[in-house]
Amino acid sequence: MSAAAQPLLSVRDLRVSFALDEGLVRAVDGTSFDVMPGQVLGVVGESGCGKSVTMRAILQLIERPGRITKGEIHFRRDSGVVDLAQLPPRGAEMRDIRGGEIALIPQEPMAAFSPVHTVGDQIVEAILLHSHRWQPDRKLGRREARDITVGLFRDVGISMPEQRIDTYSWQLSGGLRQRAMIAMALSCKPRLLIADEPTTAIDVTTQAQVLALLRDLQARYNTAIIFITHDLGVIAQMASYVVVMYLGRVMEEGPVDDIFHAPKHPYTRALLRSIPSLYGQTRVALPVISGALPHPFNRPPGCPFHPRCPDVMPRCSAEVPRLMPVGASQLASCFLHHEEAEQP
Amino acid sequence: MSDTSSERRPPARIMSGPEARAPLLDVRGLQKFFPITRGFLQRTVGHVRAVDGVDFTVQEGETLGLVGESGCGKTTASRCILRAIDPTGGQIFYRTRANKVVDLASLPPAELLPLRAEIQMIFQDPFGSLNPRMNLLDNVGEPLLVNGMKNRRERADRVAELLRLVGLRPEFMHRFPHAFSGGQRQRIGIARALATNPRLVVADEPVSALDVSIQAQVLNLLLELQARLKLTFLFVAHDLSVVRHISDRIAVMYVGQLVELAPTDEIFRQPQHPYTAALMRAVPVADPRVRNVDGILAGEVPSPAAPPSGCYFHPRCRHAVARCKVEAPALREIAPGHFTRCHLAGEMVF
Ligand SMILES: Nc1ncnc2c1ncn2[C@@H]1O[C@H](COP(=O)(O)OP(=O)(O)OP(=O)(O)O)[C@@H](O)[C@H]1O
Ligand SMILES: Nc1ncnc2c1ncn2[C@@H]1O[C@H](COP(=O)(O)OP(=O)(O)O)[C@@H](O)[C@H]1O
Ligand code: SF4
Ligand code: SF4
Ligand SMILES: [Mg+2]
Ligand SMILES: [Mg+2]
Repeated sequence: MSAAAQPLLSVRDLRVSFALDEGLVRAVDGTSFDVMPGQVLGVVGESGCGKSVTMRAILQLIERPGRITKGEIHFRRDSGVVDLAQLPPRGAEMRDIRGGEIALIPQEPMAAFSPVHTVGDQIVEAILLHSHRWQPDRKLGRREARDITVGLFRDVGISMPEQRIDTYSWQLSGGLRQRAMIAMALSCKPRLLIADEPTTAIDVTTQAQVLALLRDLQARYNTAIIFITHDLGVIAQMASYVVVMYLGRVMEEGPVDDIFHAPKHPYTRALLRSIPSLYGQTRVALPVISGALPHPFNRPPGCPFHPRCPDVMPRCSAEVPRLMPVGASQLASCFLHHEEAEQP
Repeated sequence: MSDTSSERRPPARIMSGPEARAPLLDVRGLQKFFPITRGFLQRTVGHVRAVDGVDFTVQEGETLGLVGESGCGKTTASRCILRAIDPTGGQIFYRTRANKVVDLASLPPAELLPLRAEIQMIFQDPFGSLNPRMNLLDNVGEPLLVNGMKNRRERADRVAELLRLVGLRPEFMHRFPHAFSGGQRQRIGIARALATNPRLVVADEPVSALDVSIQAQVLNLLLELQARLKLTFLFVAHDLSVVRHISDRIAVMYVGQLVELAPTDEIFRQPQHPYTAALMRAVPVADPRVRNVDGILAGEVPSPAAPPSGCYFHPRCRHAVARCKVEAPALREIAPGHFTRCHLAGEMVF
């Protein structure tokens, strides 16, 4: 992180919980990270670790019985920095930011489009809603919005865009639907794009195409991207800076090269060892992380990783390590690297 | 169980030298066409050639990996071998426990029934493949019941043994599937597949739905069970790094046909088909210093109802020459045990 640059988004000690009949699920439990303008931030972690909930919190899309219980989400607008956590979720400012300045490519592209309207009509509506991002001094007309949509389809590599915008989402193949979804996300010229596992449901070749497209768009428009995935290969290929999450907390973060070549946290190290590579020895047992993810109602006390950690020490089950600088460029929450605990 | 050990064990290999015995599975010219029907009378107006002339063998104790993009016919081919669907053409020779070779493709149902215990399936979706209203005893014990183990006590003993085998506690047998995580449910699915002491296990994307850390546990379990029980695997997947890790040989499918088949090390060292090479380049390498941006395979898999002329891969192939558009390449053996379906194989490096 260069000291001169100001973050576009700065999340501080974010906590989100769901009050269920069975108990309280602390889905996000003190997460902090920054996104720099034009940066691709990779967020990696296993299923259920709170990646999607964090992103929904940024967009103020947490539904009941969920609630942001603590923390700040500073977002830099033209008019200055706002704390999104303090904005009314349905207020005019949040509506303007959501889908306008911050756009989401959701985990299930099928659910994101309505099946009863053509994909083109849905994108045209989105453009008209955030018309000022294209034309600050007057309302765009439908014809103009349609032309923009055709251009977006061309930008995301959909052939025959004039015809394709009049199709329904269910008529498109998985790869095309994903591209249409990206066109939709770009329709308001976002400053920050959140891509939540955009390639998990598609196969390797389509995934490679979508990743190349996102990389190209990022370079062309200098859009910042938060890229969420549980695939370490995708993170290595896409991200410049990486946040590793476990049970709603950040375990480690740093520049992508350091995370992959000099991981500090035992969880990051274990994750990297457990993936089969294209070069390793075949047909031998892979090193595994022992045990399973704890159930969200039974969060372990102390360091959330301690029941599975190969380096566990006595204090790990009693105190929660803070996320602290380790070395020149990384941060880690682990007592192997520093003494600092969270205040109870 | 393998859960807790992190040391690397030597490969549990069973070498299949010069064949004294017939292969366990010998698939020849396998075809499966689905009719395309139209209108009120459901007239057949064409066919989806989902599997169109596939040949391969699997030796006993071996793992054959089957890869290809979505829609290229992997699941359909495996369902034919299991006779979950009837093939349109071709033969599926299988050597039974009694050392008799039978053609599964044409076997009448009555003769097929006793063989069902020998050939079992592990599914991709650990959530959908178990009955949510049955506890583990009944879920895992169902194939035993179907195969005539009527005594509940006896079934419970066997289920306890199976749960231990896959690294689960036998006490779990009275719980229901919803109480288990994705990785545990996949173990339950494996226990169920092993209930009848199968010899051939067809696994269709068994780890695709699992997180990386759980995926490693399940892959280790499969390798360990294979060594212990002398299992033969047909392993279907689209993740090449997973397939590479577990397979002895790899078969690559494209639009219903095999385009390459070779031992794992050889196919990775020197792919002899441009499609295989493109699949390998598409795997996101978990190393930021190896960013692969060129050579991304464009376009999509053509419809098997209307495949392209000549080589089915020519519209997407960066090496295509004029001949490829008109002449369909045959599958040929370019080196011992290494088959490819490409005109240019041997003349250039892909
Ligand atoms: N609407 C909800 N009600 C109750 N609990 C929820 C809800 N949404 C999420 N959770 C819980 O919050 C935790 C984090 O969920 P989240 O969806 O963010 O995980 P994720 O990292 O995105 O996982 P995945 O990769 O499976 O999508 C989980 O324990 C989940 O069960
Ligand atoms: N019941 C069916 N009716 C018609 N077409 C089918 C049917 N099952 C599969 N297909 C078609 O056969 C082709 C191969 O499918 P499949 O075996 O599922 O591929 P894969 O497993 O590689 O994804 C696809 O084009 C698919 O649409
Ligand atoms: S704090 Fe302790 S338990 Fe947690 S990761 Fe570090 S060493 Fe392991
Ligand atoms: S036959 Fe021609 S088009 Fe087909 S894979 Fe070989 S070079 Fe490519
Ligand atoms: Mg998610
Ligand atoms: Mg399939």
